[in-house]
Amino acid sequence: MLLFIGMSLLIFFAPLPQPVQIPKDRLIRIEASSFQFIPGEIQINPGDRVTVELVSTDVVHGFSLDGYSFELKADPGQTATGTFTAGKAGVFRFRCSVACGNLHPFMIGKLQVGVNLLLFRGIALGLLAIAAALVSLRKAPRRRM
Amino acid sequence: MTRLDLTRSPRALALLRSRWPQFLLRAITLAGFVFTILSGLMGSVVGSHNFAIIFVWIAWWTTLKLVFIPFGGRSWCSICPIPLPGEWLQNGGILQPRGGTGFGLGKRWPRFLKGSWMQAGGFLLIGLFGAMTLTSAKITAIVLLFILILALALSLVFERRSFCNYLCPIGGFTGLYAQAGPVELRVKDVDICAAHSEKTCYTACPWGQYPLALKSSANCGLCMECLRVCPSDNIAVNLRPWGSDLGPKTKHRLDEAFLGLVMLASALVDSAVFLGPWGQLKSAAYAIGSPAWFLFSGSFLLTALGILPGLYLGAAWAANRLGTTHVNLRQSLAHYSQVLVPLGLMAWIAFTISFAFVKFGYVLPAVSDPLGWGWNLIGLSKTAGVGEATSFSLNLQVAILMVGLYWSSRVACRISETIRQAAPLIAFSGLFTLAMLWLLVG
Repeated sequence: MLLFIGMSLLIFFAPLPQPVQIPKDRLIRIEASSFQFIPGEIQINPGDRVTVELVSTDVVHGFSLDGYSFELKADPGQTATGTFTAGKAGVFRFRCSVACGNLHPFMIGKLQVGVNLLLFRGIALGLLAIAAALVSLRKAPRRRM
Repeated sequence: MTRLDLTRSPRALALLRSRWPQFLLRAITLAGFVFTILSGLMGSVVGSHNFAIIFVWIAWWTTLKLVFIPFGGRSWCSICPIPLPGEWLQNGGILQPRGGTGFGLGKRWPRFLKGSWMQAGGFLLIGLFGAMTLTSAKITAIVLLFILILALALSLVFERRSFCNYLCPIGGFTGLYAQAGPVELRVKDVDICAAHSEKTCYTACPWGQYPLALKSSANCGLCMECLRVCPSDNIAVNLRPWGSDLGPKTKHRLDEAFLGLVMLASALVDSAVFLGPWGQLKSAAYAIGSPAWFLFSGSFLLTALGILPGLYLGAAWAANRLGTTHVNLRQSLAHYSQVLVPLGLMAWIAFTISFAFVKFGYVLPAVSDPLGWGWNLIGLSKTAGVGEATSFSLNLQVAILMVGLYWSSRVACRISETIRQAAPLIAFSGLFTLAMLWLLVG
């Protein structure tokens, strides 16, 4: 069991290389309306310098990006602009930060920076979990229904 | 297996035997329940500023899944306020045990409505109307009020806790996953019970359980009434290893399989609707009665009643075929439903972490200004932030999903004759875990 715990920690935390891409300047226009961002899913590369244009098409909406302390607020019909550098790899949710209606807490989008290593680590851990379950019962007596 | 009987401690026994501590907790939860209904009806329409939304769907729902069930099984049911008014009327007093002269017709619950089928149906309704219920304080209040009145009305017609036993969707949820919990109520000495002809424990039990026959914690609400009336001090409240009700010798029913599958489907759909980046899906789930909502409902029901049960049926059929002794498909579906328990419990915990870690910052501001009227009772009404998922919470979700997969695979192996026979069930668990993983951290 200690072996499996050690292996799972290794899978979880071992540093893995990200494919190297030349950082680019990107301009991403995001339309915010009740209760969605369009586009809702964005993919960029680590190191990209991203300028976000947030356009609100109905009421006041905000844009708050998990893990980056990056926030924008757009009034109806107006555009708010801000720039950040995607220094952290992974998947990050962005959320509306201004109460805009009943579904406001769930107005969420997704920014993927580089490869989503956590998902792949999760899959590897899943295989390890199954192997650990099989090994843990290898000598145990089997049942009859 | 090792057990620690809490009643061996005189202090713990005194606490459990006295009706006062439980009554005080129930009085607090009942007061909170009534206040929640009032704040939902009278408070701000902005959900994040209303005690009803924050308290029910963030504070209580989170605590139930992260604390009560994994560490106390059905312990929430022992302090739940919903059945109280009806039970007081049935018993003819607040601190009275069952069997006195109370109100009510005391009819038996119809046999054809027994089991957890209707609880599963109730959970499906929560899923279908969840986007509206979870975000509208008024609807939340109306649903709570309806549940309170329904439980009261049923207790005046039927005996014991019919609402809790057969209708309450949360009762179904907690009962199903209490089988994996570390608390159980059992008799100490079987012979003492067998020789006791009065069966005062059964008479006193509001859940209609006979402690001597208890083999699973799914239907025991831990109310402690049997312990209080037992003349021989023969009731034990055990701390036990997690998952003690899951194994080769335990009996399970087809309705448990159905309930387990509905819970899995609800975890998937709730993750997609509330945590996913698909705005049109959220809008469809919210626009009740619109064509988009019917499309959402159809997809949800197809997942809950078609795709997941179909996959599970295939896995159970294959597992049955791979064994040396074959039983009928109905028995297989019921027997292998144990695999769904740890899988579902861990999926719900992972979902809740994703949800609660981000939104828990709303709780104290809602306490400070419960009605959204601009009060600042504890000086924290302006402290709510947007909230964010941290790398810690994402890693924790992955770890918890993997514990669920490990646990369900282990149960699959334990209840199968060979690893080969368990393989289809492990594949089902793996597929479900992969879907949850993609929805939560993908």
